[in-house]
Amino acid sequence: MNLKTFPGGLHPPDSKHYSATSPIAVCPLPEQLVIPMGQHIGAPAEACVAVGDLVKKGQLIATAKGFVSVPIHASSSGEVVAVEPRLHPMGKLLPAVVIKTDGEDCWDDTLQGADPAELSGDELKNRIRAAGIVGMGGATFPTHVKLSPPEDKKIDTLIINGVECEPFLTADHRLMLEESERIFDGIDILRKILGIERAVIGIEANKPDAIEKLSREGAARNVAVQALQVKYPQGAEKQLIDAITGRQVPSGTLPMEVGVVVQNVGTAAAVSDAIRLGRPLVERVATVTGPGIKQPKNLLIRIGTPLSFLVEQCGGLHGEPAKIIMGGPMMGQTQLSLDIPAIRGTSGLLIFRQEDLPKKLEAGPCIRCGRCVTACPIHLAPTTIAAYGRLDMLDEANAYNALDCIECGCCTYICPATLPLVQTIRYAKGGIMAKKRTI
Amino acid sequence: MLAAVLSLGGIGLVAAAALGVAAKKFAVEIDPREAAILEVLPGANCGACGFPGCSGFAKALVNGSTAPSLCTPGGSDTVHKIAQILGVEAVTADPKVAVVLCQGDNRKATEKYRYLGLEDCNAAQKIADGPKNCPGGCLGLGTCARVCPFGAIEITVDGLAVISREKCTGCEKCIAVCPRRVIRMTPLDASTHVLCNSHDKGAAVRKYCQVGCIACTLCKKNAPEAYKIEAFLAEVIYEHHREAAQVLEKCPTRCIRDFSTGYPEGSSFPPPTVPVKPAQVD
Repeated sequence: MNLKTFPGGLHPPDSKHYSATSPIAVCPLPEQLVIPMGQHIGAPAEACVAVGDLVKKGQLIATAKGFVSVPIHASSSGEVVAVEPRLHPMGKLLPAVVIKTDGEDCWDDTLQGADPAELSGDELKNRIRAAGIVGMGGATFPTHVKLSPPEDKKIDTLIINGVECEPFLTADHRLMLEESERIFDGIDILRKILGIERAVIGIEANKPDAIEKLSREGAARNVAVQALQVKYPQGAEKQLIDAITGRQVPSGTLPMEVGVVVQNVGTAAAVSDAIRLGRPLVERVATVTGPGIKQPKNLLIRIGTPLSFLVEQCGGLHGEPAKIIMGGPMMGQTQLSLDIPAIRGTSGLLIFRQEDLPKKLEAGPCIRCGRCVTACPIHLAPTTIAAYGRLDMLDEANAYNALDCIECGCCTYICPATLPLVQTIRYAKGGIMAKKRTI
Repeated sequence: MLAAVLSLGGIGLVAAAALGVAAKKFAVEIDPREAAILEVLPGANCGACGFPGCSGFAKALVNGSTAPSLCTPGGSDTVHKIAQILGVEAVTADPKVAVVLCQGDNRKATEKYRYLGLEDCNAAQKIADGPKNCPGGCLGLGTCARVCPFGAIEITVDGLAVISREKCTGCEKCIAVCPRRVIRMTPLDASTHVLCNSHDKGAAVRKYCQVGCIACTLCKKNAPEAYKIEAFLAEVIYEHHREAAQVLEKCPTRCIRDFSTGYPEGSSFPPPTVPVKPAQVD
């Protein structure tokens, strides 16, 4: 098979065996849903319900603020019991709407589906926005913004991201095997909005069953499937574009610069639901896995379900948890506790025990081995940028293109001195951005 | 041989003459006062005066565009000397020193999570608002100690910044870099401080720190002149700091400390000798 890829990157053990063969199971309804107002990149939504309001599943509970923002909907029917700051996956207290579920899980009957063939591109885009759809790969960038390139940018290719290069996660893999109809339908809608024909699904070669299935079904629908080398971060937007089209997105620009729009397979499926059924984004597939979980599973979860409830559904904890990660192990966010809700970007929940974690060695000095430079998929010099970041030499860090760092974690993973490279670069990026804003 | 000596010697003489002429003709006039001032300045180039280093400050002083009192590290001695050189009247402010308003080290205050990243308070603060449950406590990763030009800040083994009242010159560099704003300027002769920076309610503070202010108001009740309580945090009113020392025993969490009896636990600094301000004569 002709496997394409990008230069750089590395291959951590993929550890997908925990959950790869477990079909998507529907997670039961928890008693309480905590739905944060900030679940996407951009301005947080603003709550438009009050304590005591009765809401139906799919009903609008928060409105978007600005163009780069999306509305938020109730994930089940019930009563609003609190609108207050709650612990967010970011580790801070942020505004949230708390719903006490009534067990009926009854959809809002004003939600109406439509035939995409009868709607114009703009109407489709407005429906996608109203449904609160964001990138489901984990970055949660509002989808309607990606679908609105400026007039002068000519788009010719739609890439559907089914790579799932993060170790442990299998949610997209299962979705491709079980829900390919919805994915293809979403692709057709996205192609109609963009007014293009060419669509390619990129899948890593460690999912041969998905490649085989989608290639077969895609042939009849004019959708190509490209098998990709198993390498991290193959699913990062710019690396995926490089691998599939050979085009490199210039520094500081977006994929539309090279005529490409990338959407995750989960996003395509959510787009189909939003148009055909009129259903907003209130649930997603997430992988609950890791050696600290008794029965790793792929679950269809409602947004706002507490992580502790997800753990219960997977047979409970296996031993004492030492590290809880939301998302994948490379780019996911470590959590303070299990009393935190799952959000739109929750692609997985990983639990590790103390014995599964590497023994943290004291960070040593950089030995100039250059492994981080070889691994960096953006071709940056992570150790140099980190050294400048550590010394608060922001102009120099910026001159080394710190802002192009995608924070994939390859450099930290490979560093034999166990230096916190990504954290230091992220710190430098924060400083550079703050400086740019003040000037 | 002779030709070589003569020609090289000749070149030497001509060049020397040219240099001599140039030195006279292009001489840059330096105000002798500038050199004299540079002599008395501490020479730490700390930047507390707001000028780029001591020489920049000396130049500005000679120009008359600034006042001698801006050199806080030099203290009143230096200010008087500069004033003498410039022939102006010395105006000195009351000397101030920085103090870390926290004694909740790793043993006394609880952690939200174990931080393993970059040894820098600003970097740690960016991750879920810092690893401590207390929103205002010292993170103890030493960012202030690294910027101190005078070596006046130490980090105890249990992770708490302590500032020596004898070494601190009041340049305020540490205050500028602290992400938690836990360092405050205080009069040098005030030795009693409320070492807490949490504005949370008492019940919350009790949960995460053994030595935090719980705003019980006992200090204010016993010395109403010397304390004020704002947003669940007691503070010494420094104009009346002498009265403040009298109620140390009343504080249930012992978050009020008199530095003349020693620094917070774990510090290697010897107890400071607190200068006594001469009584005002009317």
